[in-house]
Amino acid sequence: MVPKGLFYHIGEYFILMSKVFAKPEKYSILYRQVIKEIGNLGLSSLGIVAIISTFMGAVITIQTAYNTQNPLLPVYLIGVAARDSILLEFSSTMVALILAGKVGSSIASELGTMRVSEQIDALDIMGVNSAGFLILPKIIATMIFNPFLTLVSMMVGIFGGWLVGTWAGVITTEEYILGIRYGLNLYYITYGVIKTVVFAFIISSVSSYYGYNVEGGSLEVGRSSTKAVVYSCVVLLMFNLILTKLLLS
Amino acid sequence: MIELKHIKKSFNERVILDDVSIVFDQGKTNLIIGQSGSGKTVLLKCIVGLLDVDEGEILYSKQEFTSMDFKMKKQIRKEIGMLFQGSALFDSNTVEENVRFPLDMFTDMTIAEKRERVNFCLQRVRLLNVNNLFPSEISGGMKKRVAIARAIALNPKYLFCDEPNSGLDPQTSLVIDSLIKEITEEYNITTIINTHDMNSVMEIGDKVIFIYQGKMMWEGTKDDIFYADNHYLNDFVFASPLSKRIRTLAKQS
Repeated sequence: MVPKGLFYHIGEYFILMSKVFAKPEKYSILYRQVIKEIGNLGLSSLGIVAIISTFMGAVITIQTAYNTQNPLLPVYLIGVAARDSILLEFSSTMVALILAGKVGSSIASELGTMRVSEQIDALDIMGVNSAGFLILPKIIATMIFNPFLTLVSMMVGIFGGWLVGTWAGVITTEEYILGIRYGLNLYYITYGVIKTVVFAFIISSVSSYYGYNVEGGSLEVGRSSTKAVVYSCVVLLMFNLILTKLLLS
Repeated sequence: MIELKHIKKSFNERVILDDVSIVFDQGKTNLIIGQSGSGKTVLLKCIVGLLDVDEGEILYSKQEFTSMDFKMKKQIRKEIGMLFQGSALFDSNTVEENVRFPLDMFTDMTIAEKRERVNFCLQRVRLLNVNNLFPSEISGGMKKRVAIARAIALNPKYLFCDEPNSGLDPQTSLVIDSLIKEITEEYNITTIINTHDMNSVMEIGDKVIFIYQGKMMWEGTKDDIFYADNHYLNDFVFASPLSKRIRTLAKQS
């Protein structure tokens, strides 16, 4: 069999997306599916996002404190650095990379299993646009819910930084709060949310592409899950660079 | 009625179907038989439009299917019911939700009407008190019957079955066969079944088509098989010593 190149996959991806964004059969069913997917892909990620964000905020605070041990630098800068790191990069990109692993593999394996067990063929034969029916709700659900996860991550990350910073004695509560409020630019939050929406689309659509096009058996389902995560992360990092250049220049 | 005219299909220059022309009769169970790898499943997938043919025409009630656009194919597909080899029930849905799925998608029935229709279809395939079970909680034979119930939910004109008895014991196979036969006659639908189960052929084969290496080699009824002089067919049908003896006895009588 001839190996399929990059341009083949890009072309197939856009063909799939054209099917995904075709007019849904019934909007009431789409709405129901989106709600279901918000539960499956969004709410179930809340715990992992909260845990990771807490530790991420804590580590950033301690590392910043370690690197700014200078009497000329005010201590509240630890809070400023932690806040900016969390808002600008960690809560959007780091959380997106983690979700690419969790949500991406879940989407790819679900669709892959449906493909090899002929459930997608069954939908097609019934006259249902299987790509639209299965993938569109996942894309909408992640694009709606992931910004919320990012906002949670921002709050929990800053809280984690305060908790461990004060517990370790590297910063007081007053100094940390001063740092968090110092020169706060609310656009950073908007920037993080915009990135998250784009990342959510990348994660759900790239993973869906690999899951939907599985050929073979259970072994290929596993491989497609791995590919989904790897390629989602690569595309996500590329777009992180592009968006950063566009939104912060 | 479904008519195939000179169907050709290849994968990477490997010819799978070579100039296949068949007429599948309405109100009859049309069985496609052949060895594994003979092209039966590819033929069935071409007929339902899951695979595009390289050459030839497929006519559903005189309407050319292969050249139709997506919207027109969709109309035809709403008239198709299909029973897959592995049942292809939606794992995350209950039995009731599986059978109700086509009704949810394509009808404006009320919830009560849908429930009534689902119960009717499940009773039709003799399944009771399984509405709230998931596919993982029922047996292989029951899954096939749920799949039949789902296939008939929208009163199809055409029913396709890919290896309906695979993985089933002989008794359950008979139940599935008789259900398909009953439904075909009751609703006067065109049924096409892919199988290599000779018990099914002898039980419900109103019309039997034998495919060998992608070519249609023989067609007739289940009774004609005993007197056919096609050696490819004979090698396939009478492969076992028991069936050879049955054939000899049939010829003698």
